[in-house]
Amino acid sequence: MKAIKRVIVWAMLACMPVLAHASEGGVHLDKAPLNLQDQASLQRGAKLFTSRCLACHSASAMRYNRLNDIGMSDDQIRAELELPEDVKVGSTMQAAMDSNSAKMAYGVAPPDLSVIARSRSADWLYTYMRTFYADSGKASGWNNKAFPSVAMPFVLADMQGEQAMEDGHLVLKTPGSMSVAEYDVAIADLTNYLVFMSEPAILVRHQIGWIVLIFLSILLALMYALKKEIWKDIH
Amino acid sequence: MMNLLKGLLAWVDERFPLVSTWKAHLSEYYAPKNFNFWYFFGGLALLVLVIQILSGIFLTMNYKPDALFAFASVEYIMRDVQWGWLLRYIHSTGASMFFVVIYLHMFRGLMYGSYRKPRELLWIIGMIIYLALMGEAFMGYLLPWGQMSFWGAQVIVNLFSSVPFIGPDLAIMIRGDFVVSDITLNRFFALHVVAIPLVLVLIIVAHLVALHEVGSNNPDGVEIKKHKDANGIPLDGVPFFPYMVVKDGVAAVAFLMVFSAVVFFAPDMGGYFLEYNNFVPANPMKTPEHIAPVWYFTPYYAILRAVPPMFGSQFPGVVAMGVATVIFFALPWLDRGPVKSIRYRGPIYKTFLAAFVVSFVGLGYLGLMPATETYTLISRILAVVYFAFFFLMPWYTKIDACKPEPDRVTSK
Repeated sequence: MKAIKRVIVWAMLACMPVLAHASEGGVHLDKAPLNLQDQASLQRGAKLFTSRCLACHSASAMRYNRLNDIGMSDDQIRAELELPEDVKVGSTMQAAMDSNSAKMAYGVAPPDLSVIARSRSADWLYTYMRTFYADSGKASGWNNKAFPSVAMPFVLADMQGEQAMEDGHLVLKTPGSMSVAEYDVAIADLTNYLVFMSEPAILVRHQIGWIVLIFLSILLALMYALKKEIWKDIH
Repeated sequence: MMNLLKGLLAWVDERFPLVSTWKAHLSEYYAPKNFNFWYFFGGLALLVLVIQILSGIFLTMNYKPDALFAFASVEYIMRDVQWGWLLRYIHSTGASMFFVVIYLHMFRGLMYGSYRKPRELLWIIGMIIYLALMGEAFMGYLLPWGQMSFWGAQVIVNLFSSVPFIGPDLAIMIRGDFVVSDITLNRFFALHVVAIPLVLVLIIVAHLVALHEVGSNNPDGVEIKKHKDANGIPLDGVPFFPYMVVKDGVAAVAFLMVFSAVVFFAPDMGGYFLEYNNFVPANPMKTPEHIAPVWYFTPYYAILRAVPPMFGSQFPGVVAMGVATVIFFALPWLDRGPVKSIRYRGPIYKTFLAAFVVSFVGLGYLGLMPATETYTLISRILAVVYFAFFFLMPWYTKIDACKPEPDRVTSK
């Protein structure tokens, strides 16, 4: 009996290693420094997202006023994100460019980014947005280490500058408006925001989880005491 | 007040067998007092069923079974519906936990010989529940309409097209179309929320009726009905109410803690309960590099892939997969051991059972992995082990050196 239990436990453990997002051709991914408690970071990420990404990508499941959850009031959303008059604060985030013209321009329709952090993972996004490099062989003039032959042109080049690929390493050739450290922080903010946007409930679910677990632990103690009491005559 | 209630009870009892049913199935239904950890999972399966039905009803109120809106409606539930994210995570976690408890429940049956006479029908009804549950989970997995939903369904339905002669027509009949489409989504929705749950509830009732007819087995594998007191009450039995109710209650709360830990802290379980690729909307034009079913189907999927195509047809693999699923039905007649419980079985059965567990879990893992050469070879070896457990059973259970069973149940 002992031996069997040991075999079962061993077999279960042997099968536990997490699948991870190992399918991306084995590119090394940098760990995204996430902090969902940092509202300032989330807000900076939201601004970067709406000013740059939303030009071509949509986030059709995300409403602007969901940014209330990261501490932005409706007025702030309207002012700081420069919403056009005809866009309501309760609307979902639509791309400035329509998907057909984008497809004509880049060959593929830019994907909706509502849940991109869930399909791609935060680490992948954090790496991807920092590993664009100039490649004259590509139609857009850009390539990416994490996503080879990506159709997307590098729209943050003014911030990061221009990198080149030399012997498999990325080298910064022309600096942008930000230092390397500043750019990493900006991308960390953006990744942070994308993780929040992929699952807004992530901000509350851990807290609620602790309350539920505390409640259930008390209930467990009571149930166990009741069981002991009722079973005390059974031998 | 008390008299009023008593009067009401008498009034009801003249018209409906309330008190007698309560007695027959709860307060005077006797369960062996030596139940251990492994005996919690039947009750827990019932708990998960209730959780799934309740969360499912509320999801149905907000979900749209339409290829154009399905994916977006799930995100709508996750964001705009009050507590929608909780409902969705409860339901998705419940699907996986259902299989966790059912697999442990079935393993209990293997360990203690619960399928042996007089419980053959009980076991068979249970196996029908298991098959219905697989259908329920498979149909439900299409509904979020992500890439894995779509391509998983595509792969599984295509298996039916390998059946000789009628295969292609059979696959079209299942899909209602030439590929998995809006039509398929709509019918899977109907089957998932109405047809299969109805069947499930009915056969679960039958499972309980059969159980209460023959009574529970126990970790010693001896019948408690053999020794009764002067009133006809089994000496080693305790009334289900209140004894088993409070004992199962403790297990239920402990289980809910595990369940909640998943729901609130790891709803995707590292990609096992909610696959990452399923957060990409279904795209019939783009086949994912790697299609893996959800973990609870992967042992069978690995067996399917382990069998090489013969005469240019995948059918032998499909047959092997089918046999691997339904072979459990034959267990009551394959097992010829003189004792039921693993406690009194000899070393041969114990070895075979351990090897079976390793093969099942190992195949489950390999079914998640891409089919490389090494993995396919290991899958083949494990598939042989899997089938050997069943096909050699009549022989090894008979020659095994068993210990004598006790007369009465033992308690530690």
